[in-house]
Amino acid sequence: MQRLTVSKVVKETSFYGAVAFYLVLAAFPFYWMLITSFKTNPDLYNVSNVPFWFNDPPTLEHFRYLFEKTLFTTWLLNSLIIGTCVTAITLVTALPAAYSLARMTGRSGEALGIGIFLTYLVPPTLLFLPLSRVVTQLGLQNSMWSLVVIYPTFTIPFCTWLLMGFFKAMPPEIEEAAIVDGCSLFGAFIKMAIPLSLPGILTVVIFTFTLTLQEFVYALTFISASDQKPITLGVATDLIRGDVFYWGEIMAGALIASVPVAIAYNLFLDRFIAGITGGAVK
Amino acid sequence: MVAIAEAVPKRASRFRFILDRRDVLGSIFVAPAILYVLLLVGVPFLMAVYYSVSAYTIYDPSWRFVGLENFKQIIEDPVFHQTLSNTFIFTFGSQTLGLILGKFGALLLLRPFPGRKLVRALVILPWAVPIALATVAWQWMFDSLYSVINWTLIALGFITRDQAPNWLGSQGLAMLSVIVVNAWRFFPFAIVIFLAGITAIPQDVLDAATVDGAGFWRRNYQIILPMILPIMTIGLVFGIVFTFTDLSIVFLMTMGGPVGATSVLGFAGFQTGIVSGDVSHGAAISLFMLPVLLVVVVVMLRFIRRREI
Repeated sequence: MQRLTVSKVVKETSFYGAVAFYLVLAAFPFYWMLITSFKTNPDLYNVSNVPFWFNDPPTLEHFRYLFEKTLFTTWLLNSLIIGTCVTAITLVTALPAAYSLARMTGRSGEALGIGIFLTYLVPPTLLFLPLSRVVTQLGLQNSMWSLVVIYPTFTIPFCTWLLMGFFKAMPPEIEEAAIVDGCSLFGAFIKMAIPLSLPGILTVVIFTFTLTLQEFVYALTFISASDQKPITLGVATDLIRGDVFYWGEIMAGALIASVPVAIAYNLFLDRFIAGITGGAVK
Repeated sequence: MVAIAEAVPKRASRFRFILDRRDVLGSIFVAPAILYVLLLVGVPFLMAVYYSVSAYTIYDPSWRFVGLENFKQIIEDPVFHQTLSNTFIFTFGSQTLGLILGKFGALLLLRPFPGRKLVRALVILPWAVPIALATVAWQWMFDSLYSVINWTLIALGFITRDQAPNWLGSQGLAMLSVIVVNAWRFFPFAIVIFLAGITAIPQDVLDAATVDGAGFWRRNYQIILPMILPIMTIGLVFGIVFTFTDLSIVFLMTMGGPVGATSVLGFAGFQTGIVSGDVSHGAAISLFMLPVLLVVVVVMLRFIRRREI
């Protein structure tokens, strides 16, 4: 009996030890962001201080600097505008496309759906050269509107695939009943399918927004004017003056931009996984 | 009777009649998405291919055809050999590390314990947060002077201050650092994929195996592994595609340095094509990603098809 309890204690301890290891591994960089952004500069740049907590009282200095002396609020606004416009474009094109591929086009729709989804896998680093020429031709070089035009190239494939799964899981009888009752095919889509797929639409909105916030390569390629940058690019590349990194400000900016994305992701994670694995799990 | 029936539809409703045909409305519905993707993914892709066989630069925008000359020059360049092997090391290293971390993380999270939801939410963070921002945090953690990692190593007595490694400034360590950061970014994704696969296995299958005398390892490798293989493959496809073509981690952390030690295909294409303006060579470098991407896509298609049978 005694030996059994000892081995159980050892087992439990190692289990929670492993959980703690994963927690530290995953979350420490964010803890580091948090604590850096509230530390005073003398505290940050003193190697004899213990870096894991505050040696001087915490300060809001970096946040104040970020909002008053940098373009941070502009970047925030740019990202909101880009996210909203891309979401609108994505919904208008992906919703009917997904509905059509799930309901109206039969087996060829399935193949076409896979084809559209595969374009999600075409990497930005393969397309950025020709696309930067396209952007120039459109007169959008160095403007955030170039991202509004380009981002749907990956949000439309992704969201079409996500919504296809959603429409397939919906019983077709509801729309069929509406059609029997005299509704047109188009009317059935507008009046029945869309309201019923609101949870799917919400998922698409959230993920389009987070995908636009996470994107870095196209933004880096097309935009060099500071006041046109989205938040991710601005924080990562524009808070460096010459060789000096403003770590307090950079971490504060990264923290503010990360929190909403992290929350959104956690809330919609299961849908996201179901979306990309396309029901490979049954 | 027939005449009356035919007289009824008016002009407006003939239009409606066409819209009410499933195939017609279906095509109209799907057209905008297809057009968008064709115009801004398909056409640019063909343009990239043409760039790679032309002499196009931003200073000389003639589309002179030069055949495989660009590829030949690139292949003969020893710097490119390093870039190519870096890309494979970077992808293989970070995916292996990420998968191992993911597998064990998933096993931990399978067991119910108090606070599991919170732990899962926190463990997802590296994958959820925009990678550019997380990379900057890592860059700060690897700082040559104020690295918290070095501080800890010194405090624990493993090294002295003058032995402190310059993580991003020496060749081997820089590669290790970008691999670790990329693995760190992907392991939560691997955990989630493993969890989705394992929880989808019907419990009675496992129970039946246990009753028939299958032990832990046997259940693990002969039942669980084959059953989660499809979803694992799809996860790995994503991991490989996004790692093999990555630019942001290397760009932000090392700028390909020191002396090209961490330069990868995406980064080299960016430097040549955008920064130096040599579009044709940049496009040719990027196109070296294509064979790997094609293999990956074929694997993916096989698995998608298999699930439909």
